[in-house]
Amino acid sequence: MSVADTLPNNKIVLRGRKIVGGVAEGEALVTTDTISGWGGINEREGKVIERRHQLRGVSFAGKILVFPGAKGSSGYSAYFHMTRLNGVNPKAMIFVKMTTKAALGAVVTRVPTVSELDQDPLSVIETGDWVKVDADRGIVEITKKAKVA
Amino acid sequence: MKLSDAEKAMLDGGEGPARAKAMDLLVRYGEALGAERLVETNNVAGAFNASTPSVRELVKKGFDAVYSELNLDSPEVVPIPKMKVNTCQLITGIDNDMWQTQGIPQDLADQQKRAEAHFGALGINMFATCTPYQVGNVPVKGEHCAWMESSAVIYCNGVLGARTNTEGKESTGAAALTGRIPYWGYHIPENRRGTHLVEVDVEVDDIMDWGLLGYWLGEIVQEDIPVLTGKLKQPSLIKLKHFGAAAASSGGVEMYHVPGITPEARDVDEAFGGRAITEKLRYGKAERKIAYDNLNCATDRNIDFVMLGCPHNAIEQVWLIASLLEGKKLHPNCQLWVHTPRALREVAQRNGYVKMITDAGGVVMSDTCPAISRYAPKGTKVIATDSAKQAHYLPAILNLPVWFGTVKECVDAALTGRWNGGLQ
Repeated sequence: MSVADTLPNNKIVLRGRKIVGGVAEGEALVTTDTISGWGGINEREGKVIERRHQLRGVSFAGKILVFPGAKGSSGYSAYFHMTRLNGVNPKAMIFVKMTTKAALGAVVTRVPTVSELDQDPLSVIETGDWVKVDADRGIVEITKKAKVA
Repeated sequence: MKLSDAEKAMLDGGEGPARAKAMDLLVRYGEALGAERLVETNNVAGAFNASTPSVRELVKKGFDAVYSELNLDSPEVVPIPKMKVNTCQLITGIDNDMWQTQGIPQDLADQQKRAEAHFGALGINMFATCTPYQVGNVPVKGEHCAWMESSAVIYCNGVLGARTNTEGKESTGAAALTGRIPYWGYHIPENRRGTHLVEVDVEVDDIMDWGLLGYWLGEIVQEDIPVLTGKLKQPSLIKLKHFGAAAASSGGVEMYHVPGITPEARDVDEAFGGRAITEKLRYGKAERKIAYDNLNCATDRNIDFVMLGCPHNAIEQVWLIASLLEGKKLHPNCQLWVHTPRALREVAQRNGYVKMITDAGGVVMSDTCPAISRYAPKGTKVIATDSAKQAHYLPAILNLPVWFGTVKECVDAALTGRWNGGLQ
């Protein structure tokens, strides 16, 4: 058994560090591609627009966005900031690699965010899983989506 | 995070509400990073101008509201005082003179001019370029900076040996008012050492080659620190400007070393400074072709728009373009925009380069670029550019296909209306 606990009701728990406080839960949207804010997302629709990106055309609005981290332009925070002003921001964020872009982006999006988890969230969490982010306690609780037989 | 007495006083409102909001953001941001303290900076490069449609509504509430929300992350509107430290405006959305050619509505052009007048009087120097290091802001080795603009950040760290992370609109807004930024990442000497050793096995000399190398490398190392060795010819400002912009587009490279060339690495050992090499990479013909193919997404060889100057052209590049165009005329179906900082445009004007380009039917623009403004000539279907960075971003931003090549191939496309470029 790994550091993560498997609870009796099949919930997986990861522990990490609070980046931005708060609690939120929702459906996970997972990508193993880093995300560019400016030039990588559309701030009016909350969609990834980068050519050659796994999530091209997919909206992260209202989702628990699980991603490796930020890349590209310094406009990253400003664009996630605008997704919040436009009401199309992710509900919470979980990312792996700490950078100034990823940190500032989470701070100004003002949603619960955790990083530095005890297991790789990109391999534990899949798109469609139900995820609760309790950033104040640094805890991520994952309920795997039902597998189709 | 530990704050000095002066910083605590600012946080508590001792220097007014705006500096208190700025300090509040720096504390939230510093704690998110896990920074232990702040560091003093006297060199801020940020984005303050209100030039996009999305800020129209905020502008109605006044420029204090624009700065409060977008540069301090403060929904509460606070009166913005003069900047505390040296601060400049990076690239902006609109060319103040050429906005009609861009296709910008008059109300937006006026909005930017009003924003500039307001923020200019607060001490924000309106360089209006992505390359402040070309027009007078050349930080010294070791200087702590708070810069935005990924292509300028990698230049600041890698080429100049000054110290900055890739800051954002909000953190630069807060730094300009407080003279502080989190002491984290590239401010700390140990974090500036190399991670990846890159053996360049194919000769890299011209601008396109440096762009291809940067574009390939950024995607592989992401935000790590490459150390480049091998068949590299002596680079110049122009070449490293292109290389860095490309590596900071396909990835998030903010720092690199070229032993013997860049200021923090006399040799490979010093570049790594005792840090273990994470990975050894080889860049050869195959890797060069991967980068080229990834950058070229167009299939239609009919070109109707050529864009040159990302990052903004140096004066030598404007001279080269003017020379290639001298006595010739653009193809009637093709438009050419050449971008250079306003201060250099003045020189280009004085030298007659602007006339050479405009006589051929081209346009010399400043302050902006198509990726930032999100404007290309009306009806554009296929773009050609010599910039790996624009070739990376324009398909996403304007939803248009792009050809990437040398300056000569791009000028040829502007003259013939056809893309005849290809990887040699």
